Amino acid sequence: MALSASELQVGDSHCEVIVDGLTRTQLVMYAGASGDYNPLHTDDRYTTEVAGYPSVFAHGMLTMGMSGKVVTDYVGDGRITKYGVRFKSQVWPGDTLTTTVAVTAIDEIDGVAHGDFSVTTVNQDGVEVISGYAAARLDP
Amino acid sequence: MTAERFPVEAGHIMLFARSIRDPNPIYCDAEHASAAEVGGIIAPPTFVQASAQFDPEYVLRPKLDEPWFGSGREATGRPPSQESRGVGGGLHAEQHYEYQRPLMAGEVLQAHERDGETWTKQGRRGGTLHFTEKITEYRTPGGELVVTARSVGVITGQVVEHEG
Repeated sequence: MALSASELQVGDSHCEVIVDGLTRTQLVMYAGASGDYNPLHTDDRYTTEVAGYPSVFAHGMLTMGMSGKVVTDYVGDGRITKYGVRFKSQVWPGDTLTTTVAVTAIDEIDGVAHGDFSVTTVNQDGVEVISGYAAARLDP
Repeated sequence: MTAERFPVEAGHIMLFARSIRDPNPIYCDAEHASAAEVGGIIAPPTFVQASAQFDPEYVLRPKLDEPWFGSGREATGRPPSQESRGVGGGLHAEQHYEYQRPLMAGEVLQAHERDGETWTKQGRRGGTLHFTEKITEYRTPGGELVVTARSVGVITGQVVEHEG
């Protein structure tokens, strides 16, 4: 179901917990599907002993992908026209992440309704891990 | 990302959707998808990143004839280099996409990357951050633009606590 511009207001929002206790296995799944096999995300021994991090950590693109689910759940399938984020803080195994998508503007472009949205994902401590925006085509 | 042939395959989309924890049937159920507005299985918004699988030079995939920097018997297969610190020589700072339409399962796209801007910024704990932008256009063989991706990488020279 797509969103309808006539029933939408600036400030409306949609929120989902995208992962409750991120697993290392999820990082392996993302590495395999995306093709980003950087050992920083799947190889604890390399990451701690060579790279000097406390443990493996999530691909930024995994967090962007999981957050994108909240956007598409809200705006509907095939409606997204823009999606962008800044990676602000690392995501670690065990983290619980919550994404909020909020309406920032409703416009008409060439006679078609469009919505602009903010996209924010925070961890269990309320720290922003990504912040960004999306745009989508709306029903009238 | 550069790939002369990036096949957008239904099985790959299903695996990718699982990997981002998205059970939406539009990504895996052909019957559901054919009855939907989009008319068939589409790919999630960040799926184009998986074109890395079809980039012959992609630096973060082990190659048969080259030592890999991840661990085997030892913690690293060769001394760590810049690429070991993140995507293509730095950590990933930003990612942006513009979509002309959804990617449809069954189509084949071409991905062509070009350099964008570069700039520097002072880090919060001293040191200079070097930012590099790459722009990748995903087009059909007939030249129709489908998705534009803009990636910003940052090289820091030290272990980073606050970048993704």
